Amino acid sequence: MADATAPPTTRTTAPPLATRHRKPTSVTTPRRNVTLTVLTGIVLVYSLVPLVWLVINATKTQADLFSSFGLWFGGELALWDNVVATFTYGDGEFLRWFGNTLLYVVVGAGGATLLALLGGYGLAKFQFAGKRAVFAIVIGAVAVPGTALAVPTFLMFSQMGLTNTPWSVIIPSLISPFGLYLMWTFATDALPDELLEAARIDGASEFRTFWQVCLPLLAPGLVTVLLFTMVATWNNYFLPLIMLRDPDWYPLTLGLNAWNAQAATAGGEPIFHLVITGSLLTILPLVAAFLLLQRYWQSGLATGSVKA
Amino acid sequence: MTVRTRRIAGAVAATSALALSLAACSSDGNAQEGEGGSADDVAAALEEGGELLVWAWDPTFEAAVAAFEDDYPNVDVELANVGTGNDHYVALQNAVQAGSGVPDLAQVEYFAVSQFSITESLADLTGFGADDLQESFTPGPWEAVSQGEGIWGLPLDSGPMALFYNAALFEKHGVEVPATWDEYVQAGRDLQAADPNVYIGADTGDSGFTTSMIWQAGGQPFEVDGTDVKVNLADEGSTKFAGMWQTLIDEGLLADIPGWTDEWFQGMNNGTIATLVTGAWMPTNLENGAPDTAGDWRVAPMPQWEDGGTAVAESGGSSLAITEASEKKALAYGFLEYMTTGEGAQARIDDAAFPATVEHLQSDDFLAYESEFFGGQKINEVLADAATNVVEGWQYLPYQVYANSVFADTAGQAYTGSTSLADGLVAWQKAIVGYGNDQGFTVTE
Amino acid sequence: MAAVTVVRAPSSSTRRRRASWTGWAFVGPFMAVFALVFLAPIAYSLYTSLFRTQLVGGTTFVGFENYAQAFSDPQFWSGFTRVLLFLLVQVPIMLVIALVVALALDSGRLYGKNFFRISIFMPYAVPGVVAALMWGFMYGTRFGLVGNIERAFGVDLPDPLASSWVLASIANIVTWEFVGYNMLIFYAALRVVPLSLYEAAQIDGASQWRVITAIKLPAIRGALVIATIFSIIGSFQLFNEPSILRPLAPNYISTYFTPNLYAYSLSFSGQQYNYAATVAIIMGVLTMVVAYVVQLRGMRRED
Repeated sequence: MADATAPPTTRTTAPPLATRHRKPTSVTTPRRNVTLTVLTGIVLVYSLVPLVWLVINATKTQADLFSSFGLWFGGELALWDNVVATFTYGDGEFLRWFGNTLLYVVVGAGGATLLALLGGYGLAKFQFAGKRAVFAIVIGAVAVPGTALAVPTFLMFSQMGLTNTPWSVIIPSLISPFGLYLMWTFATDALPDELLEAARIDGASEFRTFWQVCLPLLAPGLVTVLLFTMVATWNNYFLPLIMLRDPDWYPLTLGLNAWNAQAATAGGEPIFHLVITGSLLTILPLVAAFLLLQRYWQSGLATGSVKA
Repeated sequence: MTVRTRRIAGAVAATSALALSLAACSSDGNAQEGEGGSADDVAAALEEGGELLVWAWDPTFEAAVAAFEDDYPNVDVELANVGTGNDHYVALQNAVQAGSGVPDLAQVEYFAVSQFSITESLADLTGFGADDLQESFTPGPWEAVSQGEGIWGLPLDSGPMALFYNAALFEKHGVEVPATWDEYVQAGRDLQAADPNVYIGADTGDSGFTTSMIWQAGGQPFEVDGTDVKVNLADEGSTKFAGMWQTLIDEGLLADIPGWTDEWFQGMNNGTIATLVTGAWMPTNLENGAPDTAGDWRVAPMPQWEDGGTAVAESGGSSLAITEASEKKALAYGFLEYMTTGEGAQARIDDAAFPATVEHLQSDDFLAYESEFFGGQKINEVLADAATNVVEGWQYLPYQVYANSVFADTAGQAYTGSTSLADGLVAWQKAIVGYGNDQGFTVTE
Repeated sequence: MAAVTVVRAPSSSTRRRRASWTGWAFVGPFMAVFALVFLAPIAYSLYTSLFRTQLVGGTTFVGFENYAQAFSDPQFWSGFTRVLLFLLVQVPIMLVIALVVALALDSGRLYGKNFFRISIFMPYAVPGVVAALMWGFMYGTRFGLVGNIERAFGVDLPDPLASSWVLASIANIVTWEFVGYNMLIFYAALRVVPLSLYEAAQIDGASQWRVITAIKLPAIRGALVIATIFSIIGSFQLFNEPSILRPLAPNYISTYFTPNLYAYSLSFSGQQYNYAATVAIIMGVLTMVVAYVVQLRGMRRED
């Protein structure tokens, strides 16, 4: 039978949010297997090789890029020079783009998480007319290709004088259907009805109930949605491509692409080494965020997926 | 206005009306400003000052704009690079259609000028006396900016073609530098025989190159008269080019590296690509992209179809145009003149732009320039000479930007071996005709 | 989960009304922005698709002519069959790899589990644009990584950007980007399978394989369906990767390579906004139909 250190094996209430399963019996605590590790290792190598390529090539000078082996270092280690060059090229436009991306991510992803949070909570805990339709419409809208929306949104926004401003990038990124879905399932699982009833009987307003009682319980789901919307806004490319004309407002994705295209102009200077170094610098913050916030998003995803 | 232009104006107005149908109408004062002004008006505008928004990707603009602002301290110029090539045109088209965010001036390559002039997006400069400037510019660029009735921009630079070749490679393999296209093909064979990793050139299909080659061969595949367009990509010039080039493709004498990619620059840098037949603006790109081969390259006249011939075509090159939507046309014209014929032009030439102005092309300083990268050769002598030999009468389509965008889909397939170049050109022609008729032009073959 | 029902206090109709209003209050902000950002442009798109604008001749109402034209447009269907083929091959491969890795992680038989989990997930943090640029550099047969390997090991690898391979090369990039993300969804779903089920299986003497097929897979059915649906939608909307790689292989990636790319080219190279809107709407409808069918079949046996 279950040994004394195992957690309870049946659930009578909503499961604790960061469940740690230690599997005590032999079906579930098998020996570590080398073959399986090696096989999975293939997928690991597959995932990491391009990133390793990126790191190695960020250390090369432009000339070395062309003449050395892709997966090994070139004649000199120019990583520091490349980084400095990346930050100073074009009067420091990379830094400007970095700042723009931060702005779009903080406001865009933050806003998207907030909207998803409120919406998910509403969908999970309230009965109201049209509730089923809401979700169907949102999922349906995701199926529409971005190009169907790009030009009309562009024309609409230019009427409102929003094109070429940060708002044209931020407003569309406030909608995250996946975030809404995730918050909905999370709220359904993590917030028992009786908790809300207790608060209501105590006379708390709906808003207070939400803010003080439910929000703390929703934390892991919140962090998950935040992280995923952060990735989405950080990596946003297509809509900014259409909306923004002034390179001062470019996010990093557009900026890197512009640098890459620079070689193709009469009198232009190929700066592929800066494109590569810049790409590396673009990835680092997200990687760091994911590494540091592991605990939250993994448990958040866990509970979110149950209801699927 | 003639009946034709009135009809077009009406069409454009209707289009704009639909596009703006979502909210209360119209762009910010699509001012019915009188199109024109005397030299005094322009000078006064420059004195009074103001702000100008300029969209250009040409790197030589920065220095010239700085010089302009020094000379005219009351004018504040905002220079923005909204993308290169197609991206830039898309941005311009979007802005014009939306009726807001349109720059005062925009860089427009020669092949795109008629597309924007036909949709009345550009201001006619005749009112400012621009037709007096005809003699200042070489014929190729001037023809490009004065299509139809009206002058739609002023030339910034030009791109008369020449043969840029890696002399060290030719010497090493004992191959003669070609002066005719037959010799070019033979040189291709000789180089390959000597070293299979060395190619006479690289090509995977380039609409600009193809049209320029047909141009040099005397072809006139596009004939435009207002909204009547005649397309014939099987005329004499086109067939001559397709036949010769097909030989190069069939015998595998061209490296299949797309132009302007990382691999392409590497190819020139390490001796895989031996020649480039392209416009006079190439030297700076070569210097930046193939530094390891400094000193190896030379410039020779473009290979000819006939012994002793001198015909040359233009490849690329841009003009600077004032947009119809601009509300500061007089001020913009002052800037335009400065950049194309005034000190701005000199500033850009110093920054390695290749001039379109006769005065600069003939200046002693310019011709005496010895390029280190080209082993001390006086490259401008060859290039300036080419500028005077440009075949006249060439016309681009009024929707050349679109045509170029579908080149790879159609003619480009010849480079994959699935069809011949001649058939590919026919496919391109079909797409061009179809699109043109769809768009309301009367296109015949 | 078992919830204890509590007697509701005020009268049921008042509470229903209050709940109705409050529910909307919470969902309201999302829906408001949603209407602006999705519904309005879709409506405008539908409207636009009923007209035709010409460079010469202005705009005229043409009803469903654009739709008729799209249905007989070989370029549109070529793009559509291409993404259909893409999704029929790439999505299963990617999801199977993700599933296998998730199962491997969950089985507890791996050394360094956490390292695997994080590393395989990392590609998701790379912007699609950057991934395409990187792979574009690597795919070069002359001076890219492929070329380097060919020379170093004397092998003759196919050109990833030549016509027969280009779709597979793009599929590779997409798989690389998303296998970790899907893996994580499956893994997270696996983690909440109750222990009791495993213990019961243990008692019954079930093999590891049987545990997988009888317990784990059914338990994560929902996650499988959702991942499939989002992957299908993503495949139909394929745009970023072909668009970035196009300059490297212009003869092999046409302007109508995928429907999204086609709509983009129509809008921005050809100024044919109306027809582009039509293409996009048709694709949207087809995508919704397929996604709905998948959801129906997937959820069929769930209560």
